[in-house]
Amino acid sequence: MASPHWTLSPDRLGSMVAVLIGIALYAAPFVTYRANRIAAGAARSIFEALPPTTAFVLVGAALSVAIVAIFVRRSIVRLAAASLGLVVIAPCVGLSAGFVTPAGNTFARVSPALGFWLLGLAFSLLVADALTRLRLGPWARLGALSIAAAAMALLLFSGAWDGLSILKEYATRADSFWSEARRHVLLAIGSLAAAVAVGLPLGVLCHRAPRLRAAILQVLNVIQTIPSIALFGILMVPLGYLAAFPLAAALGIHGIGAAPAFVALFLYSLLPVVANTVVGLDHVPATVVDAARGMGLSNRQRLFDVELPLALPVILAGIRIVLVQNLGLATVAALIGGGGFGTFVFQGIGQTAIDLVLLGAIPTVALSFAAAVILDAAIELSNGTSQ
Amino acid sequence: MSRRAVMIRLTALIMLLAFISAPNLFAPVFEPLTTNNAPAIYNQGNLLFLTMAHLGTVFSAALASTLVAVLLGVLVTRPSGVEFLPLSRSLVSIGQTFPPVAVLAIAVPLVGFGEKPTLIALFLYGLLPIFENTLTGLTQVSPLTLDAAKGMGMGPTRRLYEVELPLALPVILAGIRLSVVINLGTATIGSTVAAKGLGEVIIAGLQSNNTAFILQGGLVVALLAVLIHDGLMMFERLLVRRLGLGPAAA
Repeated sequence: MASPHWTLSPDRLGSMVAVLIGIALYAAPFVTYRANRIAAGAARSIFEALPPTTAFVLVGAALSVAIVAIFVRRSIVRLAAASLGLVVIAPCVGLSAGFVTPAGNTFARVSPALGFWLLGLAFSLLVADALTRLRLGPWARLGALSIAAAAMALLLFSGAWDGLSILKEYATRADSFWSEARRHVLLAIGSLAAAVAVGLPLGVLCHRAPRLRAAILQVLNVIQTIPSIALFGILMVPLGYLAAFPLAAALGIHGIGAAPAFVALFLYSLLPVVANTVVGLDHVPATVVDAARGMGLSNRQRLFDVELPLALPVILAGIRIVLVQNLGLATVAALIGGGGFGTFVFQGIGQTAIDLVLLGAIPTVALSFAAAVILDAAIELSNGTSQ
Repeated sequence: MSRRAVMIRLTALIMLLAFISAPNLFAPVFEPLTTNNAPAIYNQGNLLFLTMAHLGTVFSAALASTLVAVLLGVLVTRPSGVEFLPLSRSLVSIGQTFPPVAVLAIAVPLVGFGEKPTLIALFLYGLLPIFENTLTGLTQVSPLTLDAAKGMGMGPTRRLYEVELPLALPVILAGIRLSVVINLGTATIGSTVAAKGLGEVIIAGLQSNNTAFILQGGLVVALLAVLIHDGLMMFERLLVRRLGLGPAAA
């Protein structure tokens, strides 16, 4: 059902995006102005939030994207238009902070409002749709991710957004932000590494000894159903006892803090790693294993040179699940003093300061998203090499 | 399921019911976990009531996500909605990278404390697995089957209700099960924003350093999750057999 490229019949997805853009431009506030960080906000439309020329450029750019979305079907054009839209609105929202805030007022806060988020959503939907339709290869997807990351870094470090409320929250906590970031990543990746070190051999064992398989997988399944805050809490007990021994205490094991969070994330990570190792090994064709045996490969060689490489894509899929899950769950660690981005999220909830919540939530989402893209590409690349 | 497996689950169910209706009978079990004469059994609320509230939140969110997700899944697999299909698939995989805590935390400033942000987070987070499975189920129906249905003179509506949806049902149900089990755990985090539920017990334990509370709350939620998971699975098998779909269709 290929539609001719000259058609003037509107594209449905594009029309939906155009409607979103229309609502964002004419019916929603662009930024919210507050007298201080927890005061009630006042809405500012695009023309109240920006100098007239800039506002016209912004509206013009957004409307052009809407027109492209409705009438142009070539993915590459849509991608270019929507990316341009994002490039225009991102510095604009930073600019509006300076324009809306009275000179010399250091208490006032300006945050992006519904209109900005809707424009961002509309453009991102268009970008996502175009990228999906272009069927980019793994390297091209990694390239797109790097460009997006570089653009974000440029906006953050150039100071274009410094007037926004969320960066003012950051400015007062710059040191703790980076130490919590390091803890968050260490918790997520460290527990993943531990789970791979234990889970891979366990998976191989399950594959070779079917009797053990049901029992081990059952236990790991049950662990997954324990809610994260309960598991964090329960683990505080044995670790608290362990901490009474000088050696354990010297290793940094404490009842509260990062140790129970690390162990809990490790336990949650085991199931996907073990289960995917077993499935991956199961799917290695029997003929291949026979051939390897016929060539006189030892048990060990067969495992490392034939079976594990062939099972790699499935094992990587398990690792992707674990990494994305861990990056998210590590936020909960803050509840038991384990640190991480959750610290800001729960502090923000306590103070009903949405920008503080976002300071914790946005980096978490960005990390999980980047991890998912990178590992998806790795899975695809390993699929190519293992065939 | 083997006889033994059924017996284990029945025992677990009876223990669970006994515990939430008369928790004080179990005080001696939890006593060793407390210090300084702290109460061994949660005493700031009724466990039965909290369990009901917890289940109520999870199931009402699951009902809403099921309705919306299946409707959306049907829409984007119709010829008129096919332009949305590639994007829908990407959105499902992107959406699942959002941590539930983040969804919950962002909902709080928008709608305030209490049940509402929890319901919103559970609803949004529950949509994804159901939507994903609805897409998988509906796009897996073989074109030959659809052609045969067309040849029998079935219109698009009858094809949907009598062929496509029944064939996709097992996969859709598996998505609902997954979403319910994930949400049972996630709902406990809702208690950090003052939603009624079993998370309250765990949070109270964390705040007063009372491991007995943490263990009780965690055990009840974990048992509920395991039992509901297995119960839904039994229900799915029964339904599939009733509909005469057999294992081949599942």
